[in-house]
Amino acid sequence: MLIQHLDPLASSLLSLLAIASLLLSFVMLGSRWLKNYLYAFAAESWAIAALSAAVGFYGGYPELYFVAVLTLLVRGVILPHLIWRIIRRLDVDREIHEILQPSSGIVIGGLFVMFALAVSYRIAATLHLELTIAVLALTVMLSMKLIGFLMLAVRHEAISQILGLLVLENGIFLGTQVLVPGMPLLIELVILFDLLVIVACFGVLVGYLLTHVGTTSSLELRRLVG
Amino acid sequence: MSAVGGLLLALALAPLAAVLLCIAARRPRFVEAFNLAASVVAFGCSLPLPFLIDGRALTFWHDYVVVDRASAWIMLCSAIVYLLASIYAVGYMRLLQEEDRLWQFYALFAGFGLTTLVAPLMNSIGIYWIAIELTTLVSTFLVAFERVAESMEAAWKYIMLVSAGISLALLGTVLFYWAGSFVLGPSYQMTWDVLAAAAPRMNPALTILAFLLVLVGYGTKVGLAPMHSWLPDAHSESPAPVSAMLSGALLNTAMIGIVRFLGITRAARLGETPQLVLVALGVLSLLVGALFIVRQRGIKRLMAYSSVEHMGVVALGFGFGGALGVAGALYHMLNHSLNKSLMFFGAGNMMRAYGTKEISEISGVGRRFPVQAGMWLAGAVAITGAPPFGLFLSEFTIMRAGLTPSCAWAVYAMALLLIVIFIGFLNQFRIMYAAAAPAEMPPAGKVSAWCAVPMGLALLPLLVLGLWWPAGLWTYLTSIAATLAPGPS
Repeated sequence: MLIQHLDPLASSLLSLLAIASLLLSFVMLGSRWLKNYLYAFAAESWAIAALSAAVGFYGGYPELYFVAVLTLLVRGVILPHLIWRIIRRLDVDREIHEILQPSSGIVIGGLFVMFALAVSYRIAATLHLELTIAVLALTVMLSMKLIGFLMLAVRHEAISQILGLLVLENGIFLGTQVLVPGMPLLIELVILFDLLVIVACFGVLVGYLLTHVGTTSSLELRRLVG
Repeated sequence: MSAVGGLLLALALAPLAAVLLCIAARRPRFVEAFNLAASVVAFGCSLPLPFLIDGRALTFWHDYVVVDRASAWIMLCSAIVYLLASIYAVGYMRLLQEEDRLWQFYALFAGFGLTTLVAPLMNSIGIYWIAIELTTLVSTFLVAFERVAESMEAAWKYIMLVSAGISLALLGTVLFYWAGSFVLGPSYQMTWDVLAAAAPRMNPALTILAFLLVLVGYGTKVGLAPMHSWLPDAHSESPAPVSAMLSGALLNTAMIGIVRFLGITRAARLGETPQLVLVALGVLSLLVGALFIVRQRGIKRLMAYSSVEHMGVVALGFGFGGALGVAGALYHMLNHSLNKSLMFFGAGNMMRAYGTKEISEISGVGRRFPVQAGMWLAGAVAITGAPPFGLFLSEFTIMRAGLTPSCAWAVYAMALLLIVIFIGFLNQFRIMYAAAAPAEMPPAGKVSAWCAVPMGLALLPLLVLGLWWPAGLWTYLTSIAATLAPGPS
């Protein structure tokens, strides 16, 4: 298995990229401006694409180069572009009513990372992998998951919510590349394609929300209760 | 190719053809006919499937498709609901006066039928995840079809919550694959069988974490409390045939995933924890269902919370396990599919006839629509689990399955909550049937035969299944129990 015998250089490169992705999700968490979210998300996707390529190179999985190129294209270029188009159609460029200050958001995100580290360390210890990159990969995967959920919970602009979902997916994808690089290629490709479809659907729905409800903030969606 | 393969191909191609034809033709009467024909073919193909499959699972197309008794059963449930809902849709959608966009509706509806029919057949845990995600994407636009603020809100909540929830299932799936890779090497086919075979040697901590993630993820889609909050909105704001499909077909399709993963954890011998978590979610769903049914004001939301309740019952059945529990839960799925279709059809008709979604504004149903009201009331009695209908038998079987030392508390809670629901649900019907009709009644909307006949078609088998549980069916269902839960439960 790749993670058990990885040379130190590769290990540090992968760690660097994983930590960069995690930091970029903190950038998203700490920002008020929708545009900054988007740039951070695009940069995060580029880091993950680089990570795919690095895993492919050091682990001897040539098909991961292909995945890396597609990740770059789909997650790094097409998705941000689609979301950019949605933002332009809307008349919002920042979160208006904050449920949580970005600074408190970052603190909570930090706590999440600590929790994720504790869980990952325990899991890795039962597998005797506590000295490998598996701990870091699991930590980043779980913390991006938690941070994504935090973003979904405290942000209510439609765009922030879509980006929150994409952070969830990015986290899983990053973990997958490191932990199970041998996962069948077909699945990864279909999931990438699936993401495109999801964002397209969101785009259409945001349009509907605008014309039929008149708002894209989930704070205003409160007709259906009980 | 064997007979089963041919049937499967026809089953998948019919709705697919309907989607394409709807997009191509776009004439209102044509698209109705395409979808109806597709649903008849789908039903015709899925009906013989359970008889053709012996205990062995058959795989097709490089192991990507698996037909075993469980998936054939779930498909049959979906196909029945798809057929009933398609008949009903012909009448109901004409009332909405959306002739221009009708082709979109039927294209999406056939697509929804297709995804719910094929999702249980997916043999790879990754592809299964994608199929479930596709059901969400297609049905979101069906929920949003009426283009009013409420349905937009429901659609947004639906896609947001379910996508977020199901991403947890993806994480769980990846972790399952990772756990398997310590046993099988870095690359292998991620099918149910392969994982179940590797399960005894998988790392227990990792497997349990993966199962819990999958349970929460697909549990969101099934509508188990506390992840149910999208369900009442989506079910109540979509057009009635879509509500029936969401409730009767979609929920089962996601449930089978949980059950198969539960089978893997059983094979991994992780003790009772996974089952008990499922049981706890089931009891919580029943509790939430009971509380919201008692003080519900919207007619379709009432039905939606009843779905939460019944998915709770099904979860309890699978959680209790054993031949009785699994057979009872599978039987309950069929009964619930039939019954909930009937209830949503009735609710849709009443909504249109009275022009309101509020229970308090519907009155004197029995006098205005004697035949329909009779069927709807019979359905209401059935859905609360009263004899002589199928749901009584299946709920009773599930309760018997749970009488073990570790689960008995859940059976007592279930019995208590079912009684509360019985009283609460029928009290809502008392309001609609017995309350004095207002002096000046709005002119009674006419209900076409398209909208009334499927109610009867759903009620009849429900009554038959309640009076007569064929021995062959019992053996069939218990044999599924043996394949889904290897080893002592």
